Amino acid sequence: MTCAVTPEQLVEVSDLVKRYPRSPVNAVDGVSFSVQQGETFGLLGPNGAGKTTTIGVLTTRVRPTAGSARIGGVDVVRDPVEARRQLAVVPQRNNLDRSLSVRDNLIFHAAYHGVPPRERQARADELLEQFGLLDRARAKPDFFSGGQTQRMMIARALMHSPRVLFLDEPTTGLDPAARLFVWDRLRELSEQGVTLLLTTHDMDEAAELADRVGIMDHGRLLALDTPEELMRSLAEETTLELTTDGAADGDALAALATLAGVERVERLQAGADGSGPQGDEAAADEPGFRVRLYLASEGAQLVAPAASLLAEHGLALSAVKLGSPTLEDVFIHLTGRTLR
Amino acid sequence: MSALAAAAAISPSQRRAFLAVLRRDLYVTWRELPAFLAQVILQPLFLLFVFGKVLGSLGYTQNGYANLLFPGLVALTAVITGMQTLAFPLVAEFGWTREIEDRLLAPMPTAFVAAEKVVFAVLRALVAALIMIPIGVLILGSIPWRWGGLPLFAAGVLLGALVGAGFGLVLGTLVQPQRINLLFSLVFTPLLFTGCSQYPWPSLARLRWFQVVTAANPMTYVSEALRGALVPGVPHIEPWICLLVLAAAICLLMAVGVRGFYRRALD
Repeated sequence: MTCAVTPEQLVEVSDLVKRYPRSPVNAVDGVSFSVQQGETFGLLGPNGAGKTTTIGVLTTRVRPTAGSARIGGVDVVRDPVEARRQLAVVPQRNNLDRSLSVRDNLIFHAAYHGVPPRERQARADELLEQFGLLDRARAKPDFFSGGQTQRMMIARALMHSPRVLFLDEPTTGLDPAARLFVWDRLRELSEQGVTLLLTTHDMDEAAELADRVGIMDHGRLLALDTPEELMRSLAEETTLELTTDGAADGDALAALATLAGVERVERLQAGADGSGPQGDEAAADEPGFRVRLYLASEGAQLVAPAASLLAEHGLALSAVKLGSPTLEDVFIHLTGRTLR
Repeated sequence: MSALAAAAAISPSQRRAFLAVLRRDLYVTWRELPAFLAQVILQPLFLLFVFGKVLGSLGYTQNGYANLLFPGLVALTAVITGMQTLAFPLVAEFGWTREIEDRLLAPMPTAFVAAEKVVFAVLRALVAALIMIPIGVLILGSIPWRWGGLPLFAAGVLLGALVGAGFGLVLGTLVQPQRINLLFSLVFTPLLFTGCSQYPWPSLARLRWFQVVTAANPMTYVSEALRGALVPGVPHIEPWICLLVLAAAICLLMAVGVRGFYRRALD
């Protein structure tokens, strides 16, 4: 690797194995991946999948049984001190210093990392502002809400300008507003070029934030790609549902099946909404009909041809619903179970 | 000690991280000064008052008992303060507050975080032991003091603080947070009363089994060393034996404690 034609691999994990003492199975079982400078990487999986252990190794808190992990080219086992300089951690549980005010939490963290006094004052003010904590700066972090705690821990982590920020389930247990606030801040950080490595068992979070997602279960990495590619791998799950106002028409159904990109047509019960538990009675009496088209490509561009085709059969569209696969579908496809 | 050996070869940034963590502890102590003083002073103050003053005034203790008790209580204060300063916060920080995690992620070796705990505990123990001097003067009217015994007194207090810190490190990494009450009843109390702070060791010859028990408590050698320094007329264990046993005890406690620290700090 002489020149940087490709962006630098900031985080490199290869064949990582961790078995805890007195455990019959490997918590992490041969995981390899790398994260580029500036990338946001998500490890997605259920509780106990090995995500936190993987992060633990990378952040020098867990000693691997086998394999290697590097941050910025530094081996985290051989030189943990140098690795710690480059990384910061936002853990799953609150570990703020309860004896110090919010501001002092940030100031002392920077001091541990050798940030000069004047710089750490300025940076603390800046981050308190950015994370909406200025009015609480002198308070002790004891009785803070989950959202405030999370913001404080992220702000603290950024005090020494780490090259890579690890976030272990950054929004678990937060209310929707707090979650959106954290997402917005993480997106900002990513735009500023901070490399983010986060774990989550929340599909939306992974799809929302991550440039690439690694799906983990039972200590193994089952798939690794962009959210779009992972979902495209389940193309058959892309659907287009059409509801018409007229009566059922077999010819129309057959005609729909001939449209380019349509793989299969399924007749649905009129009025019965596939997503809800049952259609309401008024709808059930309507003389319309509904079909679901299973598509090889995206559904949006098929709406217009389908509408004109139905018009030829004297039917007018009354409702359209596009369905695309989610990361949840990908996970179920890979593991055969849901993500609780 | 490995921590001291490593200290000779550390980089400036690691020294900065170490000092910043120490400054954090001092800053918190400074802001909670009344609580610190209460924790440090009350116990020896009452022991000194009841055993040295009240019992003496009532005629239950012989003349001169207070002189014998005073060095013992200085020893007790040094050891117990060192232990408390380290053990309780450490149990909490590893157990439920997890505060220590941010320091473990500072750019310095994990052993430095343990070493900082020891240095801080020793500093607090030294302050506590020195506070005993004015308190002794205040309660007893006068304390036994020999300038010639100062080097031995200083060495005894310092080693006592280190022994206490060593105990604190071992217990703080060994005890599960839900068992913290046991720490008091099963460890502190026996340690408190078998450390020869209230009686000179040689006089226990009449109670042979108890003499053997007290010989196993390192605090005994702190008490005896300080008696050797301040009231050499009272029969006591030879100072060189005391210092030797204490040095060995410190090495053992630190070795076990640092191992325990690594076990808790790293998975």
